[in-house]
Amino acid sequence: MKISLFVPCYIDAIYPKVAISMVRILEKLGHTIEFPEELTCCGQPPFNSGYWDDARRSARPVLERLKDAEVVVIGSGSCGAMMKVFYPELFAGHPEEASAKALSAKTWEFTDFLVTKLGVTDLGATFPHKVTFHDGCHGLRELKTKKQPRELLAKVRGLELVEMKEAETCCGFGGTFATKYASVSTAMGEVKCASAAETNADFIVSADSSCLMHVQGLLDRQRRPIRTIHIAEVLASE
Amino acid sequence: MSDVAIAPRAQFFEDADRITHDTEHRRRIQTAMGKYYVSRYSRQALFRNWQEARQTAAETKWAALKELDKHLEAFERNATARGTQVHWTSTGEQARQVIVDIIRRHNARRIVKSKVMTSEEIHLNQLLEQLGYDVIESDLGEYIQQLKGEPPYHFVFPCMHLSREEISDLFENHLGTAQTHDPEELTMIARRVLRQKYIDADIGITGANFVVADTGMISITENEGNARLTAALPRVMITLVGIEKVLPKFSDLALFLPMLATAGTGQPLTGYNTMYAGPKQPGESDGPIEWHVIFLDNNRTALLADPQQRDALHCIRCGACLNVCPIFKNVGGLSYGTTYQGPIGSVITPHFRGLQDWKHLSGASSLCGACTETCPVKIDLHHHLLHNRRNAIDEKRGFLEGMLWRGFTFLINRPKLFSLSIKLGRLFQPLHALVKGTIFDPAAAWTKSRELPEVAHESFRDYWKRRQSK
Repeated sequence: MKISLFVPCYIDAIYPKVAISMVRILEKLGHTIEFPEELTCCGQPPFNSGYWDDARRSARPVLERLKDAEVVVIGSGSCGAMMKVFYPELFAGHPEEASAKALSAKTWEFTDFLVTKLGVTDLGATFPHKVTFHDGCHGLRELKTKKQPRELLAKVRGLELVEMKEAETCCGFGGTFATKYASVSTAMGEVKCASAAETNADFIVSADSSCLMHVQGLLDRQRRPIRTIHIAEVLASE
Repeated sequence: MSDVAIAPRAQFFEDADRITHDTEHRRRIQTAMGKYYVSRYSRQALFRNWQEARQTAAETKWAALKELDKHLEAFERNATARGTQVHWTSTGEQARQVIVDIIRRHNARRIVKSKVMTSEEIHLNQLLEQLGYDVIESDLGEYIQQLKGEPPYHFVFPCMHLSREEISDLFENHLGTAQTHDPEELTMIARRVLRQKYIDADIGITGANFVVADTGMISITENEGNARLTAALPRVMITLVGIEKVLPKFSDLALFLPMLATAGTGQPLTGYNTMYAGPKQPGESDGPIEWHVIFLDNNRTALLADPQQRDALHCIRCGACLNVCPIFKNVGGLSYGTTYQGPIGSVITPHFRGLQDWKHLSGASSLCGACTETCPVKIDLHHHLLHNRRNAIDEKRGFLEGMLWRGFTFLINRPKLFSLSIKLGRLFQPLHALVKGTIFDPAAAWTKSRELPEVAHESFRDYWKRRQSK
């Protein structure tokens, strides 16, 4: 299969290892990867801020560039939800409505793509650590990816998954919310970190680097020993 | 105008900032909600199919609202046939006037209220107290909040943020009772005070959980029996209710009563569920001699006219969305400054009280969707927060933020410039240490409580280029 990899801005600039791991995994499964270098962002930040005109301006190149793609895979539940769930609403009543729907239909969040579309759960990975999983809200509630990452983690050799009490509670990132409502966002993140720490896990794993960026930022400030890691990096570990 | 525009937003930020740093508050609310989750989800599991029940409830409310006018008229017909007087009010001002007229006509002095959120909405207590009436809240939580001089913290659990010690202090200060930290004793203190109030009251004011159109009844759900006493003992009963509370059929209660109890308090059924069908009838020995049902619009019809957000009128005020909301749990109910707190409050308050003045509540969300997931009547709550944000910008585009998003869009649509900006970010990041924590820190909102991530040595797009050129 020819897979177009959509790389969100923060993965591109801050967490390139996530995308590199995805490339390795998907190539190992025999697929061809295409990276549309013209694309940088899905347009979610202005969308969530209410600036839907600007969001459309950001999203139009995405629609145009990916119109001939076979499938589009994204290593983020948040940007994945933007393209899969919110593009059709963003372009409803606009000339691009049909292409937004078409892109939505062929867009996949990474763990959902592996488990649901490809039917693969064992990637031959080894990660001998105790981990806890953070459900990113967009993945969990917009894309319904509760089981998929856990099925993948269950097959990783040496990995022990300990669920935290607040696994499904928002980490408080929420994009621009994190700076517009900084004290609320921080309090939410503290609840998350405390719950993760209770498990005594070595790592917080998630399918969303944006959540992990927030959580790691808090962990670093609080000097907690637990680290964060994207699930693609875990699945690419040997 | 400018005062109004600034006040609610500034008040929210001030209160939210204080409460989010109050770890004792956080612990207390987390403990209370932890207990709620256990009982709620075990009760929910008793439904044969909770998701189907939600769907049925949503469809029932949708149908009820679609023909709201007919159902309300049916209620009026059926209720007036038994001697009930029905009043229609468009605004809070009109509703207040109707109530004051009734009170004056009966030369009433003392008024007892059971839980009436709509009366909070129209600031009834303040008015009645100004006019010199003796007004007392009979719901225990509301009574405590009344003594404290605070509005309800949570529209189902009005004083959940208070400790027993704080309640005991309040009682000691206001009622002169001895200190006790035993919940039962505290309840008995309030009970002794309130029993006399019911007996003395000339008028009882209640709310309504449901308005049943086909029988002309209202249904009140409670755990303390205070609404029954408020309705039964005074000679005049007033019920103030929003027009959206209508259910077409009496049999609809078979779903809605257990659903409200499950989602609201984690009970299979609330302690008392009473249906009121009229004032004292000939031959009956008790009940009020007059019953007035006052329907309140107060911008509900404006929300009804919004095809995208009309489902917000499905709300049965169970409070479940507050209980699961990480924003609510961290900022607390009083920070909202609204009658209805939490996600539902953030959705409807901009409709009821002005979008520009209240849009900050729609912004105060990470859009996590826990509210939508838990809502028993399937209101698309978190998406409506998004819709309110969009509507606010469509109505009035922010100048600075508008410029920011123009610039953002300009940048991300130019991959070469974007790539350059990553490189510049990498180059200048070490310099950030010089300003971090100072007033010159451009990332201060982030770095006040969190470390910034580091820009990678090689971006993915650079990695890809290098790989392709091999």
